Amino acid sequence: MGDHQCPKLAVWKFASCDGCQLSLLDCEDELLALAGEVSIAHFPEASRAMAPPPYDLSLVEGSITTARDAERIHEVRKHSKTLVTIGACATAGGIQALRNYRDVKEFTSIVYARPDYIDTLATSTAIADHVPVDMELRGCPIDKHQLLELISAVINGRQPNIATHSVCVECKLRGTVCVMVAHGQPCLGPVTQAGCGAICPGCDRGCYGCFGPQDTPNTDSLGKVWLQADRQPDELRRVFHNFNAAAEPFSEAGSKYGQDDHS
Amino acid sequence: MARTITVDCLTRVEGEGALTIRFDGDSVRDVKLRIFEPPRFFEGLLRGRALEEAPDITARICGICPVAYQMSACHALEDAVGIHVGEPLRTLRRLLYCGEWISSHCLHMFMLHAPDFLGYPDAISMAQEHAELVRRGLRMKQVGNAILSTIGGREIHPVNVKVGGFYRVPAAGELKALLPELIRARDAALETMNEFSRLNFPDFERDYEFVALRHPQEYPFCEGRLVSSKGLDIEVHDFERAFQEEQVPHSTALHSVIKGRGAYVCGPLARVNLNFDKLRPLAREAAVSAGFSVPCHNPFRSILARALEVIQVIDEAIEIIESWAPPAYASVQIPHKAAIGFSCTEAPRGILYHRYEVDGDGLIQDANIVPPTSQNQKSIETDLFDIAARLAAMPHEEAVLLAEQTVRNYDPCISCSTHFLKLGIKRE
Repeated sequence: MGDHQCPKLAVWKFASCDGCQLSLLDCEDELLALAGEVSIAHFPEASRAMAPPPYDLSLVEGSITTARDAERIHEVRKHSKTLVTIGACATAGGIQALRNYRDVKEFTSIVYARPDYIDTLATSTAIADHVPVDMELRGCPIDKHQLLELISAVINGRQPNIATHSVCVECKLRGTVCVMVAHGQPCLGPVTQAGCGAICPGCDRGCYGCFGPQDTPNTDSLGKVWLQADRQPDELRRVFHNFNAAAEPFSEAGSKYGQDDHS
Repeated sequence: MARTITVDCLTRVEGEGALTIRFDGDSVRDVKLRIFEPPRFFEGLLRGRALEEAPDITARICGICPVAYQMSACHALEDAVGIHVGEPLRTLRRLLYCGEWISSHCLHMFMLHAPDFLGYPDAISMAQEHAELVRRGLRMKQVGNAILSTIGGREIHPVNVKVGGFYRVPAAGELKALLPELIRARDAALETMNEFSRLNFPDFERDYEFVALRHPQEYPFCEGRLVSSKGLDIEVHDFERAFQEEQVPHSTALHSVIKGRGAYVCGPLARVNLNFDKLRPLAREAAVSAGFSVPCHNPFRSILARALEVIQVIDEAIEIIESWAPPAYASVQIPHKAAIGFSCTEAPRGILYHRYEVDGDGLIQDANIVPPTSQNQKSIETDLFDIAARLAAMPHEEAVLLAEQTVRNYDPCISCSTHFLKLGIKRE
């Protein structure tokens, strides 16, 4: 796949839904052009052909939830010149990090009759908790245009142009009226990183935070606004403890509004 | 002579797992599709969440068929509280599902399955000699994604689906803008059906029990009775009475069986076999002109079932858009009450069952989700068992390819069923 002189791209999967790596195959217009610029050296979901390490750019999807994966990520790091985490699972532990607030044994027995067959850690953790990460792309899932920008930046040796400001800026840019101010809809936009294109407010609903915390999130202030609008603390806990539950600002904010234990 | 064949990774499937075939001399001793993708415990983490969150949370089970999870979650929760969204929201849901079927089927046909038939490691290298085919496939896939992002806000994990309907209904103009590309894609789909019908299909058949939804008027998406090719005919809420999930040591996905009978098959081949008469005339004519008829018991021909379904849903999408008039409301109110609800919808890979128990505050107390790939897992193993004698007589690389292709016939979504596929054929 591609010229061997090209930078070698590898795609790795840990605990995830496959959606972020699918974003690469969803670049229908750019895929064949991209394949001319990089050599796709390891991408099991798309190809049987696999080139040996080292790799110039590794895209890592998914979180660490098993002892085996906690070892495997060190192998991936060792073989990768640049390692980029893609998506909420890799950057923050993903929705499965909700287990971090609960008893994983209880979870295993809800799903499996023989929990003893199942090998799993008590927590779901981000890749950066295990190995140094060079760059990250947020989102559940990531945005494919940001992915193309990042790959292009890496192969051209420049910094990618990825915003770290809030979703609010994107609403202003697209001319979407503020759903919270105008319609009283609870929205996580003020504390959430941009990148999706403010698609939730674009669909007349509040942002639910799938790109994780922005640079300087004021979660306390946002929480007050929600409570003043008669939202319940439990709801606030749930919205912060969601797809980026283990991202620190969201983790702390959610825990201020109650316990996740459910008996 | 003792011989071991091992391949590190079964590729071009969604998610990761392993396959082991053990021989005693020339006869097969054991076939195991090992799924060790780490479990993510969705049924556990749904407990205590608000029912309104279920479509967004369960979408994250699968990045390839999130709409299927959203549809099954919405229908089960609406069943629990006794609500029907009614027309035209029901039709808008069908259109959204059309988008996912187009996108998911085209991904599998052109990028994952066709390289097996044409002899390439992947679609990108296939494009060097079959550029037109790959470009056509990508463009067809794109129109599916365009439906998803126009209605849903984005292709993967759409944000516009809610229990009770949608957050926002698209204006007629937004949908009509999709028509030129859909009309072009319909021709491309007809051409694809003809082209794929000329592929070289291994001569292999098995006496499957096919299971699918069946609706009195329509090709099934979200409603109907659960029927099988061997006489099963039940309401969806009787699913757990007829089917059973079993845990096996070599897999983090639970295996499903029909109680008292064993393995069954769901997905495009099952749907086409059980609902051929409900296909739109254009799809039925395309089947006839491509020489595809039912019953079809050759799993390698599932690529034709997918091609046929792509014609079906593109044609339906065009009809829906041409007559689309947006309603004044985007959703219906969902009351909170203690109840249990059930649903089964046709995900691209087959029936997807959801059951929820909710309390009076609208919190989920219990959830059960049965994805299509875990239902097909036992049949995949049985296919491999039956084809293994042929594998034993083949050169190594050819045997590995055919074993992999046998798995890929099912378009297994291992992430859904929990998952890394490592292929090892052991001959002792």
